[in-house]
Amino acid sequence: MADSQPTIIAPALIICCSALLREILDFCKLNHWSHFEVQTITAELHNRPEKIPAAVKQLIDAGKQRGQQIFVGYADCGTGGLLDALLSQENVERIPGAHCYEFYAGAEQFAGFQEQQLGTFYLTDFLVRHFDRLVIRGLGLDRKPELLPVYFGNYCKLLYIAQSDDQKLQLQAQQAAEKLGLDYQYEYSGSGGLGHALSSFNRQIAVQLVQ
Amino acid sequence: MNNFGVLPMSEEIYDDEDLDLSTLADDELVEQMHDDLYDGMRDEIIEGTNILLSRGWSPDKVLNTALVGGMTIVGVDFRDGILFVPEVLSAAGAMKGGMAILRPLLAETGAESVGKMVIGTVKGDIHDIGKNLVAMMMEGAGFEVIDLGINIPVETYLAALEEHKPDILGMSALLTTTMPYMKVVIDTMVEQGLREDYIVLVGGAPLNQEFGDAVGADGYCRDAAIAVEMAKEMVAQRRAA
Repeated sequence: MADSQPTIIAPALIICCSALLREILDFCKLNHWSHFEVQTITAELHNRPEKIPAAVKQLIDAGKQRGQQIFVGYADCGTGGLLDALLSQENVERIPGAHCYEFYAGAEQFAGFQEQQLGTFYLTDFLVRHFDRLVIRGLGLDRKPELLPVYFGNYCKLLYIAQSDDQKLQLQAQQAAEKLGLDYQYEYSGSGGLGHALSSFNRQIAVQLVQ
Repeated sequence: MNNFGVLPMSEEIYDDEDLDLSTLADDELVEQMHDDLYDGMRDEIIEGTNILLSRGWSPDKVLNTALVGGMTIVGVDFRDGILFVPEVLSAAGAMKGGMAILRPLLAETGAESVGKMVIGTVKGDIHDIGKNLVAMMMEGAGFEVIDLGINIPVETYLAALEEHKPDILGMSALLTTTMPYMKVVIDTMVEQGLREDYIVLVGGAPLNQEFGDAVGADGYCRDAAIAVEMAKEMVAQRRAA
């Protein structure tokens, strides 16, 4: 290797929900960040959020052993403060907010959505792409369609908070709303609070260069 | 217990379509109803309930032996990870079919209630699956349940406590953003000097024991079966005191 070529060692680690992987990689690429390693935990743990902290801890432990600086790409995500308790002990930060809908939309705007219409079911790009697997099959609606009113009887509207301007996903989101018997609304958020959180972490990390 | 333990040798000797519930002896019928409940077969549960009543079974015996007994098996298998939420909801739907027949009969018999509970999902939250399961299982266990519904503000909880004078206030939330409202309700009860008059139980997917302790609840209920056990124990303790 030529002496003039710097080598990045111990890339910073982003531990994230797989629901954010595409957006995180896109954001890193857009910013020409090549000093991050991204490790994911399956989004299916959102159905068992109590298991998220242990899964995150396992990856934190491994990252620390490798001397990596770490950021966690989760909001609270239904852990009821358990994730925060872990991250406080580990001195690791996460994306602010209760869940991905909130940090994509921004806390203030999300509160506005909630106020406008209680009973709103939210989708992101990831959830639109995986709607049939995570929502229809995940809730057993493929096997037991009669449970639809049990799950969604109190909902009125499906709000697609979009990270990308993708006509195909918008059509799929509309179809999802129809399947659930809900009104449809679209809002573009872009990377929102995820981008802000990653940028903040990027400013904090010290990239070690070896000549 | 489930239907997967023994595979039928052939369709000729195991065909539920042809099963006439009225031909089964009482114990066989109860066992069949447990299986039907497990499989969420509402029509069969309604039929079985009517058959047992027509044979002179008391409503509370039908409730406890056939329905609650069956739901207990469902609850255990859910806790053990054998059954999942859709199956539990189907079973609950089937049990509701039987309960609809038994409820007026139980009221007629004037059986003493085990206790009374006011329950509701907190303000800002519209999720009621867990709350409905708890309400149904509490009713099945002999509690009188006043279900306030969803999106319940503190004023409505307090008005219901005043009106119904229950033993227990139950609060449910599914969202981390709405669960702190439980503390608003409990703090208001403390401010008004009402807190010690009621047992307060809380539950919901993002909750945990630490949260229950932090908001000042008497109990955190991880699932509907635990809610029933806890409610029975706490009401008995309070009445004995």
